[in-house]
Amino acid sequence: MRHSRTLAGAVYAAPVALFVLVFFVAPLLLVGRMSASDWPLLAGDLGVNFPANYASIGDNPLFWPAVGFTLKYTGIVVVILVGLSLGLALLVSGTRKGTGLLRTAYFLPTTLGLASASLLFFGFYSPAIGPLDPILQGLGITDEPISWLGTPNMALLSTVVLIVWKFAGFFMIILLVGLQSIPPDVYEAARLDGANRLQAFAHITLPLLRPALGLVLILSVTGSLLAFDQFFILTKGGPDNSTVTVVQLIYREAFQRFDLGAAAAVSVLVLAALLVVNIAQFRALRRDR
Amino acid sequence: MRFDKRPSPSRRAAAAVAAGTAAVLLAAACGDGRGGGGGDQEVVLEGVDDGAVLTMWTRAATEAQSQALVDAYNATHENQVELSVIPTDDYQTRVGTAAGNQELPDLFAIDVVFAPRFTSAGAYLDLTDRIDALDHADALAPSHIAVGTVDDRKYLVPHTLDLSVLFYNKDLYAQAGLDPEQPPTTLAEFADHARAVGELGDDVHGTFFGGNCGGCFLFTWWPSIWAEGAEVMNEDGTESLLDSPEAREVYAIWRGLVEDGAVAPGHAEEPGATWTGLFPEGNIGVMPMPSTMLGLMPEDLDMGVAPIPGPTGGQSTFVGGDSIGISANSEHPNQAWDFLRWTLEADTQIDLLAANGDVMARTDLADNEHYADNPNAVVMNDLVAIGRTPYSLHFGQTFNDPQGPWLPLVREAVYGDADADLSTLNDAITASLSG
Repeated sequence: MRHSRTLAGAVYAAPVALFVLVFFVAPLLLVGRMSASDWPLLAGDLGVNFPANYASIGDNPLFWPAVGFTLKYTGIVVVILVGLSLGLALLVSGTRKGTGLLRTAYFLPTTLGLASASLLFFGFYSPAIGPLDPILQGLGITDEPISWLGTPNMALLSTVVLIVWKFAGFFMIILLVGLQSIPPDVYEAARLDGANRLQAFAHITLPLLRPALGLVLILSVTGSLLAFDQFFILTKGGPDNSTVTVVQLIYREAFQRFDLGAAAAVSVLVLAALLVVNIAQFRALRRDR
Repeated sequence: MRFDKRPSPSRRAAAAVAAGTAAVLLAAACGDGRGGGGGDQEVVLEGVDDGAVLTMWTRAATEAQSQALVDAYNATHENQVELSVIPTDDYQTRVGTAAGNQELPDLFAIDVVFAPRFTSAGAYLDLTDRIDALDHADALAPSHIAVGTVDDRKYLVPHTLDLSVLFYNKDLYAQAGLDPEQPPTTLAEFADHARAVGELGDDVHGTFFGGNCGGCFLFTWWPSIWAEGAEVMNEDGTESLLDSPEAREVYAIWRGLVEDGAVAPGHAEEPGATWTGLFPEGNIGVMPMPSTMLGLMPEDLDMGVAPIPGPTGGQSTFVGGDSIGISANSEHPNQAWDFLRWTLEADTQIDLLAANGDVMARTDLADNEHYADNPNAVVMNDLVAIGRTPYSLHFGQTFNDPQGPWLPLVREAVYGDADADLSTLNDAITASLSG
């Protein structure tokens, strides 16, 4: 009896196990193998050369600036995104008239693909074809066209605006669900005890919103650390290599320099770094619970 | 940033890495993976038309010409070519991945500057005997043939040509008091013309260029260096000469235009996606652009073209565009050659390319009915014989890649310190050229 139950369990689990094996474990092992090999895109596997690919990562003059930029970008985006989406969620959590419309409006950008959204903003920002400068100048707000992507700071800022526009609505929904799962009687009890709105927010909303906030944090940090599309389309890493992210480096190694081994080595490093970050985040979230 | 579950471009590298690995392992398990390719079959010099289905890839930038050739061929032949058009920015990636996996189509075009990477890696079939047997072998665009040759073996024929030439707006020239029939013959004169037009003010600007686009810079500025008698690289494409006095003079002239405000706004961040969009609107005086833009000009725009001059004279062009060859593992090399041979015939070139105002892949057909009333096309076609196509095994990663070392050098020269020492940046280019 017990034996057949175990067998049945294994059979039920087999499809998932197979899926994980084929689409996760196998590629992971292959990337590991690739990262330890001399593996040009056009010539294929030329044999193990460990640790040459890893050793040469530090020699790439773009690597450390890319790490620095990716962290800086992540910091900026996460702070703005979490703050803004929390604000939006609080704004539309009530049942006042028009909140449904607002929720839809804030959520709408989420339905767009990131590549499409990036192209859209590329058009907006373009001095040649974009409408932003003519509008601003027409309203008398600016005298000269603004170089939206022309300087390192403007390029970063313009990209952050795109990402916040694109994702704030998505995180708003997650936080909204969190807010709505807080029972109203908790607030009522607090009000009876004489708590004001700020106190209720600090001592009830925030603590009870913790799981949702945690999810938003993990998603936004992971997503930002893996940033690629938006910079690939908007800035191509420019101006003057000021917006090169780590994933762009991987792309460059693999498809500009045709060196799959080097690309895989950076990929493995990124994977390891993400693992550490995610474990740390999960730990921090679980504490005190 | 991605949060959805679909495989995303941000994971493209990882996915392709995994797919590539699997395919390579599979190929290894099945033997050398290169067997059964076209190299084994008997060579039929005139090609074979027996109803084979041929696959062909090209990039979006040259789609119009490729599609016209394919349609006309399919309408008149038993063989049928199935053309796949791949986004230009993705093309090298796709072809590189397919080459690594032995999944190339029978025929594939390639941006001619990237060709050495693929010919030297054995992705293309040796066509030397077939090309040499053509009556007009000597008339094929010489710089394309040269770049498609490795160790005296020819792998590629010219497919669609795209040259850099000066386009100038005759209406704006007249308004600025310039002679609309006298385009500049030196780069210095070009700068004077641009300044003169730029002074018309309002929305009109003297010139434009893609200032954050390595490919745009080399395509439009290197001809001035060549016209002055200098080189951009050594013959093997392993040493950069882009800090030569002649090169610096070219940069300096353009820098002057930037400083004087004669360049339309947006040049510094132009990544190459929209740089040819301004001139057809009629607000730019004179600028170097791709010859394929000629067919896209509005009917009512009174414009002319002229060769790109050097600082003190001379003329040259960057002979870009696509070369095409047969992949080394094609099962139908003779049928594929039938298509290529046909594309290079006089009637095909004249009826399909010259008729459309395009530059032809041959230098011996300029005297034709279509060019008779299209003097601009004649100017461009005549440049094929003297134009240049630079050779380097590592061209893309050095010059076209936005993170490559060429863009920092030219941007320093144009936007940086006026007296900047370019030698260190030039050394970085040389380093990249060797791998």
